[in-house]
Amino acid sequence: MPIKFPFSRRAAPTDAWTMCPDCESQIFNRQLERNLRVCPTCGHHFRMSVGERIDLLLDEGSFVERDAGLESGDPLGFHDQKPYPDRLEASRIKTGLRDAAVWGTGRIDGQVVAIGLFDFRFMGGSMGSVVGEKIARCFEAALTERIPAIVVSASGGARMQEGTLSLLQLAKTTAPLTRLDAAGVPFISVLTDPTTGGVLASFASLGDLIVAEPKALIGFAGARVASGTVGEELPEGFQTAEFLLEHGFVDQVVPRAELRTVLSRALRLLPVAPVEDGWQAGGEARGWGPIGVLSGIAERFGDAVSERIGIDVEPAPGRAPEAPDEEHR
Amino acid sequence: MSESIVQGMAPPSPEAVEAAWRRVQLARHPQRPRTLDLIPRIFDDFLEMHGDRSFRDDAAIVGGPALLEGRAVMVIGHQKGNDTESNIFRNFGSPHPEGFRKAQRLMRLADKLGMPLITFLDTAGAFPGPAAEERGQAEAIASSIKLMTGLQVPIVVVILGEGGSGGALAIGVGDAVLALENAVYSVISPEGCAAILWRSPEAAPAAAAAMRMTAAEQLELGVIDTVIDEPGEGAHADHAATAKAVKRAVLAALGRVSQLDTEALLTTRYARLRGIGLVRETEAARWARPEAPSLRRRIGRLLGLPGIPRRPRWSEIWPSGEDGGDRDEGGA
Repeated sequence: MPIKFPFSRRAAPTDAWTMCPDCESQIFNRQLERNLRVCPTCGHHFRMSVGERIDLLLDEGSFVERDAGLESGDPLGFHDQKPYPDRLEASRIKTGLRDAAVWGTGRIDGQVVAIGLFDFRFMGGSMGSVVGEKIARCFEAALTERIPAIVVSASGGARMQEGTLSLLQLAKTTAPLTRLDAAGVPFISVLTDPTTGGVLASFASLGDLIVAEPKALIGFAGARVASGTVGEELPEGFQTAEFLLEHGFVDQVVPRAELRTVLSRALRLLPVAPVEDGWQAGGEARGWGPIGVLSGIAERFGDAVSERIGIDVEPAPGRAPEAPDEEHR
Repeated sequence: MSESIVQGMAPPSPEAVEAAWRRVQLARHPQRPRTLDLIPRIFDDFLEMHGDRSFRDDAAIVGGPALLEGRAVMVIGHQKGNDTESNIFRNFGSPHPEGFRKAQRLMRLADKLGMPLITFLDTAGAFPGPAAEERGQAEAIASSIKLMTGLQVPIVVVILGEGGSGGALAIGVGDAVLALENAVYSVISPEGCAAILWRSPEAAPAAAAAMRMTAAEQLELGVIDTVIDEPGEGAHADHAATAKAVKRAVLAALGRVSQLDTEALLTTRYARLRGIGLVRETEAARWARPEAPSLRRRIGRLLGLPGIPRRPRWSEIWPSGEDGGDRDEGGA
């Protein structure tokens, strides 16, 4: 059906409408925003900015950004067709962000979380030193404050312009997860369109719970890398959220309208391990205490963990795991 | 404005591009010593173990216990072939997920028995094909990296040839990271980088130079600790001498990291990983907001006056643009 503009072309600028890439219907932009950037006709999930994600997932006014001032340098003096600092500057102007991720604390239905979020519009959400630093700090805050960690990924992978320093961000962001295991703090990974390469090959694949948005592109090798390296086109339907669900690498595919509810439920169902009963109790018998990695690694880490990362080892008597919530309210 | 770790801010000169490309070709030299060429020359005994106990054996990764100067260690390495037939069998040294899961199995065994872990890196990268995706290539790499960050035993990593991206790092998290003189280490293959950023595979040499992927440059960046000199024209010319040099360097590195007790070992490893990258802490609280609220609004909000619009939401501060993002600048 041809779209009839009720006004002249000048009165209705073309950017007031967006065409859905899936069903090709024209959507009025305001309607798209109101519908959480999901196509009302076919349910196609458009990408969201970090700001929209924060409003979608967190209680109003609860988000406090941390480490907002972190900035990338140009460690390699990288030039392709444009110098790296020029690309950074262009992305900063385009998005109003300093780099491709932000992190901070906020609440989901009153439950305090440390949350990191990616913005794909900033250099393809690529992970360089600053993004890696922010995600690592997000996990470390979750550890010291004993609050669950959530990362909402949207990234093409490691940032080529920082070379192996970007590659090593895979290890830098993953190392704190070993400590979260030892301390009994959950990590929820949210995969959105697209999550590929180095981000998927590190923390994003390692959530205690992994949820993905419908039809999101999620895969190890970008299509161009794959066809360039292997000389083989990847078949249709590969590397989607549903494909990963089928093959056992994602727990649930959750439509955007339900994402906040699912996260809220998950936070109640996967609480931070109680400190009283936790790993520092050593070999003592415990009823519902954490098991597995927790008892293994943590016992061997011993008290050293608590000193290094500043966990409050003095168990506050009768302190419920939700105690930090109360403080923040 | 921005500082560089590596000297030389200008785009690499044609000579530098040529030199970088020569290193890449040496690193890929068909006669370059592979993991299984070096193992018998470095270790006194080696018992190869196969399979991930879940799906199958991946010939692109080899490993098992070995004796190093009488001491039991665990050895894991990528394995390329040296002719067409063996390269097809070894999948050109590009592992599938089951290869990384075999490596994880051997790492856990090393951890259990308190054996130091020695890994040899030589891969263009993890295999990116459909079968690898289906079996969770990304998860296999991620969990391998995670496992290495928490291993209670010393880890010495040696980059023999190509240290290609996530497929290399999956067995490349170490307390000491060494590289042969003509080895290279990169976040993406120069061809892949050229295809994405230059849109032309012919730009691979330029991409190789831009990524500063040679051993010497990686040393400057602090990604590796030691460069092992190669004999004569390169490692391909003399496997025995190369093995001798690698053995000497591994023993020295192992001696160094073995002095740490488990706790110090893990703290040092964590600090090493946490410290990688160039991050500048600036004062700015936040990037300029698109619309700073007027004085009238701010006072109005403070006093709760009617007719004053609410505080801007985060989606107004960081809205979606018209475009969904530029895929070309993505990552690896």
